[in-house]
Amino acid sequence: MAITKTIRPGLIQIRVLDLDETLDFYKNIIGLDEVGRTSDGRVMLKTYDEFDHHSVVLRKADEAGLDYVAFKMVSEEALEQAKLDTEKFGYPVEVASDEQPGFGKRYSFKLCTGHTIQLYHEVELASDYPMLRNPDPWKEEPRGIRAQRFDHLLCYGPNIAEAERYFMEVLGMFAPEVCNTDDGKRFATWLTGGNKAHDIAFVEYEQPGKMHHFAFYLQDWNDIGHAADLIGKYRVKRDVGPTRHAITRGQTIYFWEPSGNRIETYAGGYAAYPDNPQRVWDVSEVGRGLFYYEGELIPSFLSVVS
Amino acid sequence: MEYTILDVETNESFNCREDEPLLSAMKRTHKGPIQYGCGGGGCGVCKIHVLNGDFICFKKMSRAHISSEEYADHIVLSCCIKPTSNLIIKKFSQD
Ligand code: FES
Ligand SMILES: [Fe+2]
Repeated sequence: MAITKTIRPGLIQIRVLDLDETLDFYKNIIGLDEVGRTSDGRVMLKTYDEFDHHSVVLRKADEAGLDYVAFKMVSEEALEQAKLDTEKFGYPVEVASDEQPGFGKRYSFKLCTGHTIQLYHEVELASDYPMLRNPDPWKEEPRGIRAQRFDHLLCYGPNIAEAERYFMEVLGMFAPEVCNTDDGKRFATWLTGGNKAHDIAFVEYEQPGKMHHFAFYLQDWNDIGHAADLIGKYRVKRDVGPTRHAITRGQTIYFWEPSGNRIETYAGGYAAYPDNPQRVWDVSEVGRGLFYYEGELIPSFLSVVS
Repeated sequence: MEYTILDVETNESFNCREDEPLLSAMKRTHKGPIQYGCGGGGCGVCKIHVLNGDFICFKKMSRAHISSEEYADHIVLSCCIKPTSNLIIKKFSQD
């Protein structure tokens, strides 16, 4: 399937409470490489398997949580069109002014759910990226849980029905799977711009701007098991798993990094096609949808956010 | 060194070592207002009120969950503090 508008969420900036301790975790447990630092001391990171300049930025702050997530558009024209369409949709757009080395122009706006979303097209290749000529799977053995890419995130906030409409109408994404309340309102939605089961998901929540988790893609169920071994060995604060989602079919573990941001390791998941019919969950069944082996909701999953 | 922690709501006490996060002592003894998520000072689920006694805050607490006024009132995250005396605590409630 050709991606026509929005390629993927390619950049996420996270607030952390203790920079050194949390950075060590991202490098040695998650297995990210440090790309460099911005002039104001934020740390740029990427996985061994990503091509673009960097994908994860840590900013030291007084609160944990999400600063913003940025989506990569297929072309400069698609970016400019998305900017106009975002304004037409009703969200004022600015040019992002914070420094992101390697990145070209980024547009920034606030979604109804309280999350800051950015859009960009231009980004330099990283100085160190995967092999292209007769490539090995990796240049050096991946470290830690062997994260392959920043995969997706789950946001909590109000009025997700409007957010879903934005991503579909303006960014050309679709929702392979949704969950509705008994009176037919959206309780959760999983959205993608390509073939991945989801690039971003939303759960309806009173407080705006909350992040439930962001996820790194792992190769397979074996690597999920390996990640669980590291969680045990290094006494990482685990939330749920290893288990499987019925929703998106992914295999997963949730845990918290040292600043209290929840991370997911995600493998598998179905290939999403825009012509396939949408899968729909009743809210009474969503526990099974999220935690298929447990067959019920884990209470911390809905109530704990950063 | 060990301190005695009293939960006024259940009237139960338990011990906490001076090098032990208060939340860990609650988990070890199954006493006190045990409620937690991230264990890292980010989610605010382990919020408690220290009514009496001294402690150190060994880990940064998210401002989103503990304002400076609250901190001045000894409202804290149990995963981020260690006692330096006996404590009297209770679960945080809005009123
Ligand atoms: S358990 Fe999350 S802040 Fe203490
Ligand atoms: Fe996820």
